[in-house]
Amino acid sequence: MSAWKIFIRGLWEDVPLFRLVLGLCPALAVTTSLRNGLGMGLATMSVLLGSNFVVSLVRKAIPAKIRIPSFIVVIASFVTIVDLVMHGFTPDLHKALGIFIPLIVVNCLILGRAEAFASKNSLGRSLLDAAGMGLGFTLALCILGSVREILGSGTICGFVLTPESYRPVLLLILPPGGFIVYGLLIAWFNLLDSGRGGR
Amino acid sequence: MNIDSLFVIVISTIFINNFVLSRFLGLCPFLGVSRNLNSAFGMGMAVIFVMTIASFVTWPIYQLVLVPYGITYLRTIVFILVIASLVQFVEMVMNKTVPALYQALGIFLPLITTNCAILGVAILNIEDELTLIESLVQGLSAGIGFTLALVLMAGIRERLELGQVPESLRGVPIALVCAGLMSIAFLGFAGFSIK
Repeated sequence: MSAWKIFIRGLWEDVPLFRLVLGLCPALAVTTSLRNGLGMGLATMSVLLGSNFVVSLVRKAIPAKIRIPSFIVVIASFVTIVDLVMHGFTPDLHKALGIFIPLIVVNCLILGRAEAFASKNSLGRSLLDAAGMGLGFTLALCILGSVREILGSGTICGFVLTPESYRPVLLLILPPGGFIVYGLLIAWFNLLDSGRGGR
Repeated sequence: MNIDSLFVIVISTIFINNFVLSRFLGLCPFLGVSRNLNSAFGMGMAVIFVMTIASFVTWPIYQLVLVPYGITYLRTIVFILVIASLVQFVEMVMNKTVPALYQALGIFLPLITTNCAILGVAILNIEDELTLIESLVQGLSAGIGFTLALVLMAGIRERLELGQVPESLRGVPIALVCAGLMSIAFLGFAGFSIK
């Protein structure tokens, strides 16, 4: 597989959120606005880059039997770093994302990439994979966040978009909206696929 | 410590802040294991079991080890390791002592390590500054709330198999839309004020 292919795969073919349906919990919980979605996406991407880097470096030194616990320790260390950095530099965002920052540890996407890709591939390829998957995840969170923010509160990144007569669909920024918007977005992706297959 | 505050925790964790439907914790098993009622029930029981024990074990570790030594920043790493080894341990003990239970719940146990609801409840216990007993109760009721949502969902999905769903909505998307509708129903509980 060429380097370009590895990178681009995470962005379209295997978008983690819409195709593989991985990493759901943070995706639905924090995407009440574009800013939160972007922040969560970037945090996850940094952890993914770090963990793929280290796992790929030590992949020959770790015995197969204890590889999952070792991966989890690596991931948890990076999560702690990201948690502390965000607490120091972006306290507002840190507060908005709350419990979901430490919960990046159990995002199946990250452990999944460590196990399925980084533990079998060279350093460069693992980093490319992490960048692609991380960007794909971030983009998906941004889409979800923008849809919910525009329809649910009539703003984008705090700027008012809709005319005054528009009454925001409050439901969309409440928990049920997360489920419904996400379900419909997956359906839309499926529709795009089947349309292409039929042509 | 009074009974009232425990009752408030039970009701609010099961219904008002249901872990799955309003806190978005444990969604992967919620979608993955809800295709059939029996396995949903098995998964639910395993989660209740592990969540209660995890709450009971992580609280003393945090308060008696991490806080006195000033290393609370290690919380995430310590908790996930404790939960992972706990799950392994429970699996071994169950296999030796109650094989019948192991047969029923065994296959769900490994999946539980990466269930964010378990780590979530351990962290929430600390952030809400609960006592040990309150943590235990919150862990137990979070598990019950999870099971409730999972079993309801499995019931709906078994019916959905028979329904005529548009092709692009089949499978996960329609399940998510149903979860959204269930979540609207649970939003009704938020009207209760019990504090």
